[in-house]
Amino acid sequence: MPVKGQIASGRLLAVSNLTKLFGSFAACNAINLQIESGEIHALLGENGAGKSTLVKMLFGVLAPTAGEISWMGDNVRITSPGEARKLGIGMVFQHFSLFEALTVAENIALSMDRSISLARVAEEASRLSRVYGLPLDPNAHVADLSVGERQRIEIVRALLQNPQLIILDEPTSVLTPQEADRLFETLLKLKAEGRSVLYISHRLEEVQRLCDRATVLRHGKVTGACDPRAETPASLARMMVGNDVAVVTPEGTNTKGDVQLEARHLSVAARTPFAVSLKDVSLKVRAGEVLAIAGVAGNGQSELFDALSGEYPVSDDNAVQIRQKPVGTRNINARRLMGAGFVPEERHGHAAVSSLSLSDNLVLARNQSDRRVFLGGGFLKIIRQGAIKAAAKRISEAMDVRKSGEDPPAGSLSGGNLQKFIVGRELDRQPAVLVVNQPTWGVDAGAASRIRQALVDLAKAGSAVLVISQDLDEIFEVATEIAVISEGRLSDPYPARELSREKIGLLMGGMHGKTEGAGAEHAH
Amino acid sequence: MGIVEAILLSVITAATPLVLAAAGELVAERSGVLNLGVEGMMIMGAVCAFAATQLSGSPYIGVLAGVAAGALSSLLFGFLTLTLVANQVATGLALTLLGLGVSGMLGESFLGMQGIKLQPIAIPVLSQIPFLGPLLFRQDAIFYLSMAIVAGIHWFLFRTRSGLKLRAVGDSHGSAHALGVDVIRTRYMAVLFGGACAGLAGAQLSLVYTPQWVENMSAGRGWIALALVVFASWRPWRVVAGGYLFGAVSISQLHAQAFGIGIPSQFLSSLPYVATIVVLILISHNRRMTLINTPASLGKPFVPDR
Repeated sequence: MPVKGQIASGRLLAVSNLTKLFGSFAACNAINLQIESGEIHALLGENGAGKSTLVKMLFGVLAPTAGEISWMGDNVRITSPGEARKLGIGMVFQHFSLFEALTVAENIALSMDRSISLARVAEEASRLSRVYGLPLDPNAHVADLSVGERQRIEIVRALLQNPQLIILDEPTSVLTPQEADRLFETLLKLKAEGRSVLYISHRLEEVQRLCDRATVLRHGKVTGACDPRAETPASLARMMVGNDVAVVTPEGTNTKGDVQLEARHLSVAARTPFAVSLKDVSLKVRAGEVLAIAGVAGNGQSELFDALSGEYPVSDDNAVQIRQKPVGTRNINARRLMGAGFVPEERHGHAAVSSLSLSDNLVLARNQSDRRVFLGGGFLKIIRQGAIKAAAKRISEAMDVRKSGEDPPAGSLSGGNLQKFIVGRELDRQPAVLVVNQPTWGVDAGAASRIRQALVDLAKAGSAVLVISQDLDEIFEVATEIAVISEGRLSDPYPARELSREKIGLLMGGMHGKTEGAGAEHAH
Repeated sequence: MGIVEAILLSVITAATPLVLAAAGELVAERSGVLNLGVEGMMIMGAVCAFAATQLSGSPYIGVLAGVAAGALSSLLFGFLTLTLVANQVATGLALTLLGLGVSGMLGESFLGMQGIKLQPIAIPVLSQIPFLGPLLFRQDAIFYLSMAIVAGIHWFLFRTRSGLKLRAVGDSHGSAHALGVDVIRTRYMAVLFGGACAGLAGAQLSLVYTPQWVENMSAGRGWIALALVVFASWRPWRVVAGGYLFGAVSISQLHAQAFGIGIPSQFLSSLPYVATIVVLILISHNRRMTLINTPASLGKPFVPDR
């Protein structure tokens, strides 16, 4: 393995005036950034601030329009990921660049030198994973692994290159608190070896706990460089967002009404080999309540959403009840007509068709529930463009959706703004029941707080709200009750005030005994 | 030679073009490219192989011409779908129509000519084995090649680093690109290989199966090869199993019809299709294995973001 020159101390990477233009839009505008040897450096910023673009340029995936990158004092041009790896830069992506159909060892081998045999890769990978406390079975297929385990593959893959700098993009967004703690230990070990880490996150608490220095980006520009430990979360958030982030105020004194959404012993078999089956899930959400369902991705959340929303109706009519009427076998539109609203997890391709305009997306979601308003001409069902445009405008204003033009395609909006529109589309109907899956996944802090406040307000107005989320901060901000889903089983609900993070973490991971050596259990 | 041997020999001859075309298409699809033009590439291979044999007098030059014709046709497909990012389904269908048309035109002057058959090569010692010897070791070069190609594909895909890269490109071209694999180049290679195999299959039709040129002589075999790849869940040896099963049932039903068994001939003619599909569905019932073997980015165009 190539070992680069001695760099026990000193500047590892310096970026000056790095700019990337997409057309006339500057995703990164004259960025300056310095990373020292042996430091954990945070890169903070909202979605769309230019973090990913910057990192892609450092890793050779995107070519910069202007500016310079200097590595260990030499000016370099990084034109491909291979070149970045040769220099000693490793990367752990946010959306893992893993191949589901291949084994762990094959995945790792793909980014290795030609000369190393597959057997040696597997050996070396298990050795490294032991040294850094990242248990992995080299012969398991990636498709069978949890998100946390997949991240370990990415990290081990990066470590095998013996990098001086490791870039991690939002690494903890998919981990339980315990898994995150283990990751932090690994990162501190790397730092102790004199390696540097560029840690991209929007979680201020983590950054303060872990990082030595921070660079903050907003709208493609550096707005601050600081020692995160000397700052407060509020001051860091100000640098990120530009103005103070509104604090969501959950109401402790909601008046609780009748049960509006209920699941009774809901069991659903797994639809695909990689899906999770739901096992005897029972839950009740009363009017005025926000029930949050916590859990690590891939433990049955999407399956639960599908069953509750009617995207995939279940065989037992009584298993799902909306406003105390059995709806288990009815489809999503029938459930919408009964006063329920649903926001699925994926914005693109599920909640919205990216290539269609916002108003078209509105028609697609509500052509049944708002037939009288949106469609005219009797059986011809002609779309009333005027009414639709007015509704789209009303939603955009209510949720502060920032967009270019009157009615742009959904795909042109940033993630946060599109999500605000999609949530607003349901809220606009004042649903008696709202089921939301990952409401602020990959959304910037400003939009997230706007969406969370809207959910809290909806419950206050007397609706029953069910939030499925992996983000514990979000759960504690909005929930009145919390339950945890793990391997398709739902825990009892606990009042939000009585539940600690540690307890949730144990429920997330502890119930199915996923601890040390979990990787080895996946051998076939 | 007994009747059983004769039947088995004709099964091998009928199955070989299916196996060849399907094996080539398997490699292309494993890299994520769906080339529906197999039928077109096959018929181009058939006509060029026949023509070159007639003009040169050597069926081996014919085989080379068939391979080249298939590869050239697939190069056109690759240029349209990989470089110009045209829709793969539409382009593949167009390639089939183009191949059928162009082959008819090229082959017009060769219609009704007496063909030159590719002669069997007896392998010393092995061909002396009773029963099996004449069946498996007194065959033409294309049969030997077809077995070598399938074994080679299996070895390449699952034992070599380049094969690993090819599977990675087919599973997730975005991730493969991010790792520095040249997605477009890999796919060009896979498509070219698929075309060459389809051309070789065509050469087998006009030089071994029925040594003459007849318009549309591929008779839908390209489509069967395409279906075999899917039902074999993209695994090389299953393609062989499917191809031989199809060949066996089609030959048996011909004999059954000749014997005048009291079953409607339409039913007998449909048997090969039904039997092959049923058997391959049965062996690919393990959905987890099927999912793992299915190229996830099959048919999706790749445009690197730069």
